[in-house]
Amino acid sequence: MSNGQNETGRREMTGAEMVVQALKDNGVQHIFGYPGGAVLPIYDEIFQQDDVEHILVRHEQGAGHAAEGYARSTGKAGVMLVTSGPGATNAVTPLQDALMDSIPLVCITGQVPTTLIGSDAFQECDTVGITRPCTKHNWLVKDVNDLARTLHEAFHVATTGRPGPVVVDIPKDVQFARGIYTPPQTAPRTSYHPQVQGSLESIKEAVALLAGAKRPIIYSGGGVINSGLEASHLLRELVELSGFPITSTLMGLGAYPASGKNWLGMLGMHGTYEANMAMHDCDVMLCIGARFDDRITGRLDAFSPGSKKIHIDIDPSSINKNVHVDIPIIGDVAHVLEDLVRLWRATVKADKKALYPWWEQIAKWRARDSLAFKTNDDVIMPQYAIQRLYELTKHHETFITTEVGQHQMWAAQHFHFDKPNHWMTSGGLGTMGYGLPAALGVQIAHPDALVIDIAGDASIQMCIQEMSAAVQYEAPIKIFILNNQYMGMVRQWQQLLHGNRLSHSYTEAMPDFVKLAEAYGGHGIRCDKPADLDDAIKEMISVNKPVIFDCRVANLANCFPMIPSGKAHNEMLLPDEATDEAVANAIDAKGRELV
Amino acid sequence: MNAQLQATGSAYFISKETQRPEIHTLSVLVDNEPGVLARVIGLFSGRGYNIESLTVSETEHEKHLSRITIVTRGTQHVLEQIKHQLERIVPVHRVIDLTVRAAELGQDRPLERELALVKVSGTGDARVEALRLADAFRASVIDANTEHFIFEITGKVSKIEQFISIMKPLGLVEVCRTGVAAMNRGAQGM
Repeated sequence: MSNGQNETGRREMTGAEMVVQALKDNGVQHIFGYPGGAVLPIYDEIFQQDDVEHILVRHEQGAGHAAEGYARSTGKAGVMLVTSGPGATNAVTPLQDALMDSIPLVCITGQVPTTLIGSDAFQECDTVGITRPCTKHNWLVKDVNDLARTLHEAFHVATTGRPGPVVVDIPKDVQFARGIYTPPQTAPRTSYHPQVQGSLESIKEAVALLAGAKRPIIYSGGGVINSGLEASHLLRELVELSGFPITSTLMGLGAYPASGKNWLGMLGMHGTYEANMAMHDCDVMLCIGARFDDRITGRLDAFSPGSKKIHIDIDPSSINKNVHVDIPIIGDVAHVLEDLVRLWRATVKADKKALYPWWEQIAKWRARDSLAFKTNDDVIMPQYAIQRLYELTKHHETFITTEVGQHQMWAAQHFHFDKPNHWMTSGGLGTMGYGLPAALGVQIAHPDALVIDIAGDASIQMCIQEMSAAVQYEAPIKIFILNNQYMGMVRQWQQLLHGNRLSHSYTEAMPDFVKLAEAYGGHGIRCDKPADLDDAIKEMISVNKPVIFDCRVANLANCFPMIPSGKAHNEMLLPDEATDEAVANAIDAKGRELV
Repeated sequence: MNAQLQATGSAYFISKETQRPEIHTLSVLVDNEPGVLARVIGLFSGRGYNIESLTVSETEHEKHLSRITIVTRGTQHVLEQIKHQLERIVPVHRVIDLTVRAAELGQDRPLERELALVKVSGTGDARVEALRLADAFRASVIDANTEHFIFEITGKVSKIEQFISIMKPLGLVEVCRTGVAAMNRGAQGM
C-alpha cells in the first residue's frame, strides 16, 4: 500500500518506542515512575528522548499519587509507569484512590514475557486480574500491533465520561517486538459512548422546579471540577443569577469561591452547621456532580426529608444509588449547566426577595458559628495554624494537598479555596500518605506555585520517602505537619465509640522531623508557640527547597462540628456542646456498626 | 414509610428492606474479549449482587459479540443499579432487562429455556420407570447401556427441576445444566 493520507503517522517501531510515541501523541509531558526488569525497554526509550520528562519516585504508590495530584491540578491525565509484580501491586492503592475520586490516571505496567505468563515467573502477578475492580478499564496487550490503539484508547477512556484510572499491562517481549504504530485518530470503540448532553426536557423541568423554590440549595461536588473550568464559571453564574445558597463536598471545594457571598461552607460529617441544616430543611436540592456519599448524607432515612431533588451526573449508576431523586439529568456538568443557565435566563424572572426568609434562617444558623474554637496563648490550636497558613499564603498562587484525618478536615474547614483545581485530597478512599506525593505531582506541573501538603504526624510517615524525590527534582514543596503525636481521627473515634480506650492511636516514638528534613536535603522548621507561628510560616514560604514544618499543636483537640455516625444533618455535635459526656454518648448502638 | 429508601450495600443502609426481591433475567451484549466475563461476574461479587444462573456464548462471530444471560434476584432498586453498573463496563454494549421488557410488551415473562444432561443408572423397574417418565417429559436418550441412561432435556427451569427431582429415587447419578437462555417474544430484537 502506498503512503496515502490515511497512512500519516503509521510507521514500524518497537513496542517500547510505541509507548513513548503514544505518550507524546497524547500530549503527555511528565510521567511518574520506577524502573524494574519488566519495563527496562521502555526506560531505555525514555533515556533516548527529551519530550517526555520522567520523574523518579521512591515507591510506586508515590508515583500514583503524584500522577493524581498532577491530574487534579491540571485537568489532564496523570501517567505512571511501573514494573511487573510488586511494581503493579504497589500501584493498587492509587488506582483505587483515583477510581473513587474520578481522577484520570493512566498506569502503564510491565509484565513478564507472554511465554512466561502463568508460570509463576519472577516478579509475575496477574496485573489485569488484580486491578480489574480498581480501574475503569484495563488491558493486557499480547500483540505489538494492538499496542498503539490500546494506549490511545486508554487515554480516551481515562479522560472522558466519568474520569478514572486505567491500566495497560505490556509484556516485555511485546516491548521488544516490532509492529505498526498508528496515531490516535482511530474511532473509539462502539461500546463506549458517555452521554455528555443532558436531556432538554429534564433540564426544563429542573428550571421550573428551581424557579419556584422557597428554600433552595445547591450542593456541588468533584464532578464540577472534573468537568473543567467552564463548569465552575457556569456554576458561579447560576448562583449569581438565582441567588441560591451553595454548599459543596470535600472534593468540590473551590468550584464556587469560599469568598462568595452565597457560600455556606462544606457540608457533611464535618461540614458547617448552616450547610447541613440548609440541606436538611431545603425544599429543592440541586446536586451537581456529587454522589450522595455516606459522609455527606448521614442517616439516609432522615436525609433532607422534605425536599425535591435534582441530580446532575455523568454516570447513570450514581442516580438513585443512595438517595432517590425526582429529576435525574445524565450528562457532563458543563454541558448541562450551559443549557440550564440559558433556559434560566430565557424563562425565569428571578425574584430574589422570595428567598429573603430562607436567607434569614440561614443567617441564624450561621450565627451559631460552628467552626469556632478557643484560641490559646501557650499552645497552637490546629485550627489556628490552618487559619494563619491561609492568611499568609492567600496572596500567593497556592495549591493545597492533604493526607487523611483531622488535619484534612481542619484544612477543608479553615483554608478557603477560591479557585478549582487548587485543592487535592483523598476523599473517597481516604488514603493516608496521599498528600506528599500528590504535592510533588502538583509542583512538577506548576513549578512556580506555592504547593503545601497539610499533613498529620501519622499520615506523613506513610509516604515520607518521596521527600527524596522532591529534593532530587528541586520541587520546593512545603509539608506542614499538624503534629499532635496521635492518629487524631482514630483517637477521636475511640473517644466517641470505644469508651476513650486509645488503642494504638498514640505514636510513642516520633522522628525528629527537622532532622529528617535535613537528612533528606530539605529544610526543617519546628514551631510550638502561637506567637512564633507567623514568622515560622513566612520562613517556610521563603525557603526555595522542600520544607518539613513540624507544627506542634494541642494534642487533644478534636474535629468539630460533627454529624456522629447514624445521625441526621440536624443532629450535629457542635464544638461548644462537645463535652466529654456528649462525646461519649454521641453514637448509639446502630451507629457503632458504621464506619 | 421510606418507600424511597433502598439497599445500597452501604453500611449506612440500616433500616429494613421494604421492597420485595424479584427474579429478573438480563441480557448483556458484550465484546468477546479476554476478561469480559470476569468483569461482569466480578461486578456481581464485588457489589454483593446475586447470580442465580449465568450463560455465555459468542453469538455474532464476525463482530465478536457475546451474549451473556444472567438471572438475578433483587429489589427493583437493586436491579436498576445492576443494569447501570453493567452498562459502565467499557466492553458492554447493551443491557436489557428482559423481565421488564416483557412487562412493557404486555407479556408475562420472557421466553426462558434451559438444557440439562441427566445421568440415571439402575436396572429393573426403576430403569423402565425412568425411561417412561423421560418420554413423558420429552427428554431424549443420548447415551445408554444396560445399566444407565443419559437424558437430554430442554425446557423451562421449573420443568427441568421437576424432572431432576423425579429422577432422584430412580438412580440419579449426575446432572449438568446450561443455565438459562432467554429472549423476548415478538418480532423485535434486543
